[in-house]
This record gives sequence, structure tokens and C-alpha cells, in this order.
Amino acid sequence: MSVTLPIYLDHNATTPVDPRVLEEMLPYFTEKFGNAASRNHQFGWAAEEAVDRARAQAASLIGASSKEIIWTSGSTESNNLAIKGGAAMYEKAPRTAESGRGHIITSAIEHKAVLDPVKRLMREGFDATFLEPPADGIVRREHVEAAMREDTILVSIMWANNEMGTLNDVPEIGALCRDRGVLFHTDATQWVGKMPTDVERDNIDLLSWSGHKIYGPKGVGALYVRRRKPRVRLVAIQDGGGHERGFRSGTLNVTGIVGFGKACELCEQEMDQDRERLLALRQKLERSIHEQLDVVQINGHPERRLPQTTNISFGFVEGESLMMGMKGIAVSSGSACTSASLEPSYVLKAIGVGDELAHSSLRFGLGRITTEQEIDYTIEQVVAAVNHLRAMSPLYDMHKEGIDISKIEWSHH
Amino acid sequence: MAYSDKVVDHYEHPRNVGSFGSTGDVKGRNDIGVGVVGAPECGDVMQLQIKVSEDGVIEDAKFKTFGCGSAIACSSLATEWLRGKSLDEGLAIKNTELVQELSLPPVKIHCSVLAEDAIRAAIDDYRHKNDSGDADASGAAGQGSETESVSQA
Repeated sequence: MSVTLPIYLDHNATTPVDPRVLEEMLPYFTEKFGNAASRNHQFGWAAEEAVDRARAQAASLIGASSKEIIWTSGSTESNNLAIKGGAAMYEKAPRTAESGRGHIITSAIEHKAVLDPVKRLMREGFDATFLEPPADGIVRREHVEAAMREDTILVSIMWANNEMGTLNDVPEIGALCRDRGVLFHTDATQWVGKMPTDVERDNIDLLSWSGHKIYGPKGVGALYVRRRKPRVRLVAIQDGGGHERGFRSGTLNVTGIVGFGKACELCEQEMDQDRERLLALRQKLERSIHEQLDVVQINGHPERRLPQTTNISFGFVEGESLMMGMKGIAVSSGSACTSASLEPSYVLKAIGVGDELAHSSLRFGLGRITTEQEIDYTIEQVVAAVNHLRAMSPLYDMHKEGIDISKIEWSHH
Repeated sequence: MAYSDKVVDHYEHPRNVGSFGSTGDVKGRNDIGVGVVGAPECGDVMQLQIKVSEDGVIEDAKFKTFGCGSAIACSSLATEWLRGKSLDEGLAIKNTELVQELSLPPVKIHCSVLAEDAIRAAIDDYRHKNDSGDADASGAAGQGSETESVSQA
């Protein structure tokens, strides 16, 4: 069977809007365009009703109640609100102190939307620990426990890593934080919608996710804020009309929220079958590449990963040139070969993947629209491109001559 | 970022890929100059070898490159331009000429700089081998390949 190009294998970056989601959204652009905050006419009521329905759909996906969902513009905003708003609410010392306002634990493999808010808080008098997971890329309970201090006020650990798909010990870390009375936030952007989530069972206080990673629209996200046992409070970071119980002012993005809700509902219904199908395809991709090429490495834990994500280093070929050779296939590279940044992925570096293997890595993100034919074509293209590039790689020659590349004194430019 | 047609052509049909022998072999040969520049952790390594005739003409040039498509194209083009040139003419090749010929965007200018460095390193290596005579060539060959040093860019 033939495939239609281009093939999209970058679902960790974003996903297409499911046509069923789009259909649900459309009336709210033109006919039911009301402001959900207009309490005194039917345009407003219709919008509010739609937002309430979406809130229930979102809450149901993660085992929360509707009142615990705060609408945002996406995971970046959700993370900022959770981390900055949480730190400001639970800080130890008065605002005038230059340091000692409280200690935050996060990991070095978080998305920038977690790392950068934490770094800003450090400049404002908070302390922080950035945990470096071992080579399997998994942040475990004991890592967090060892970093806990008397003044720890917040732990923020992502559920699934966006580059490798590795899964952290979130339920165990949640239990630890609950025991210690420390606020626990998880950036679950890559996890929710793909894997079953229960904020009650897993002791989560704050959870971020985004519409566009779950076949919903871009520009809409949610933050789960626990209301009971314990009731979590946050200092708002955006002031205005007091929407979303004062947590997040701003007119609600009704069309986006409707899409977000529908996307959550579809994920809840179809998650199990998607997971099984995509895991089989991912395993086929990995197995075939391993069989047909030498010096390839899957980054992160071999099993504890999202079913639809894999990050593979192809020794002695550079990621960007590899993507160039895989015609019509959209993937993502751990390398950034531009003059602005010669740095390979900080995530792969943090787990000890050497720089040259990090430059040689590609992330394959399968999704709801991925077919087996597409995976077969991808295997063919990857193998051909790697062989083409190795035929002109001086490093592959050195490897075959038995020269240890790491022992060479390279000129750094 | 889209690649220019010329970059794609060099990527798909690289000119003069290869070498005149293994690292150890070419070290002892006075008619060959080798330049290896860049570093794997920076994402680019270019290896350029030139074969120089007795009257000082670059009669053949070969490359191997680990790097992005633009780095491959720059080194491939460099081998084309070097063939038939004298050493001084080779040294006169400027990175800006590579940029222009391949329509490289600003973020890829460093690839052309690396190619210019590789040309310089290969010609320097050839001159170094030949200026100081046989003693030096055998000395270099005797160094072994375990802790190889790469010429400075």
C-alpha cells in the first residue's frame, strides 16, 4: 500500500485537531459567540453552559471535579501559574528577604516552561534543586526524598518527558509530598490524554496540560488545582476581572475550551485502543532499526516510556542531516546546528548521553493518525539515510578503524 | 528552514567523497595533506584530504563530513573547487564564496567557515610535511593513532 507524503511523526510537538473536535467548536465562533461571563442574556448563558460542559469533560479525564479546573492559554501558562503562584502563596519568609523564601525541587529534564519560572523565582529569593536523573532518565521518589529540606515548599516533576517519553515516578513522588505536606505540581502535558490519570489516587495538587497535544486546538490549556484535602491556594499572576475564581483573569476562550473539552472526552474514550496500537507500531520501528543498523541507541529507559514516543541516537551521523535525508517525514532532532546554538539537547545531556550522540538523535512521535504503512516507509527512509550519511562520515570510518573518538583532542570552534 | 537546490544536490550527490587511505596510511605520505576540523560535540567534523602533484597542483581532493546538510555541501563544493588549483589558489578560497554559491542562510555561515578552515588545515599539513623533509613525515607516522591531535581551526 502506498503512503501519502508528508508523514507527520512529531506528535510530541503538536497534534492535528481531530475533525470531531473542530465540528464541536465551529458554532461557538459565529452563532454561539457569547461571553461566558455575560450573566444576563442567553448568548452568555449558552457560552457558559459550553464552558461548564468542557470543564466536566476535562475533569473526568484526570479524575478531578469540575471546580478544580482553571482554564489557561496552554501548559506554559499553567506551569507559570502553578509554580509562581504556588511559591508566592506558600513562601516561608516575608517578601523583603533576599533569600530563604523557600526551597523548590524540580528536575533538570523539565520543559523550559518549568525551568525558567523556577530560575526566575531563584532570582527573587527562593532556593531550588534541579535533580539529574540517572541514565534511564527516570526521576524517582528517592531522588526527591534525598533533596527534601525543612524549607521545601514545592516539588514540580513532569509526568512524561517530552524528548524521550520516559515516565517519572509521579504517583510515588505525590505520596511523598503528601506525607511531608509539600505542594506537588506535575507538568503532565505529554502524559494526559495518552495514559490513565487519577489525581486523587496519585496525590497530585497541581497538574498542567494543553489542548494541542491531545488533538485539540492550540492556545488553550488547563491547570488542575486541588480543592479538598488539602485545599490548594495560589497567588494569581494575572490581574483583571476575577475570572476562574480569581486564579486567572481574562475572558474565556470559549471556542478553544469547547475544543479542549471534546478532545479530553475523545481521549478518555479511545485511549486504550490508541495506546495498544501505537505501542505495537513504535516497537516495530525500534526493532527494525535495531536489526538493520549498528551503533544505534534508544535514549531513556527501554520500557518505561510513553507508548507513542521514541528517541533514537544514530551513531556518527548528525541529526539535522539525517532529517534532510528522510524525505517527506517530519520528526524532531535533538541537535540544533545553528550558529546561535551549537548545543545539543539539554535533556539528553542531563542523563549523560554524550554530546556527539545527542547531536545524532531523532525523536519519533507517533499519533492517532499514524498508520503501519507510514512506519514501514519511515524505517526504509531512516535506514537509507543513515547508510548514505555514514558512507561520508569521517567518524564512522574512525569507529571502524577502532579509533576511540572520545580520546581525540578536537578543536573547539 | 528550507535548503537551497544546490545544497540539496550536494547532499544527495556528494562530489569526491572518500579518502586516500586510512588515517595511519595517509600520515606517512608526503603527497597528501589532511585537514580535520570541528568536533563531534559541536555537531560538525570535516575531514579534507588533498593529493598534490610534484609541481604543486592539487590533482585530487576528497572529503568526509559529519554534520548538517550545509556542512556536507560546503565540503563537497570545496573539493570541486580545489581540484586543479595550486596551493596558493586553494588558500585563496574564501568562506563567503561558498556561502554565495550555496545560498546559505546566516545560521549556516559557520559551516562555510569550517570548510575554509579544513582547506587551510589540509594545505598546511601538506606544506608542513614537505617543508621539513622526510624526517618529519616518518616522525608523524610514528605517533600512532590512539591520541590523535586535530589541527586547530
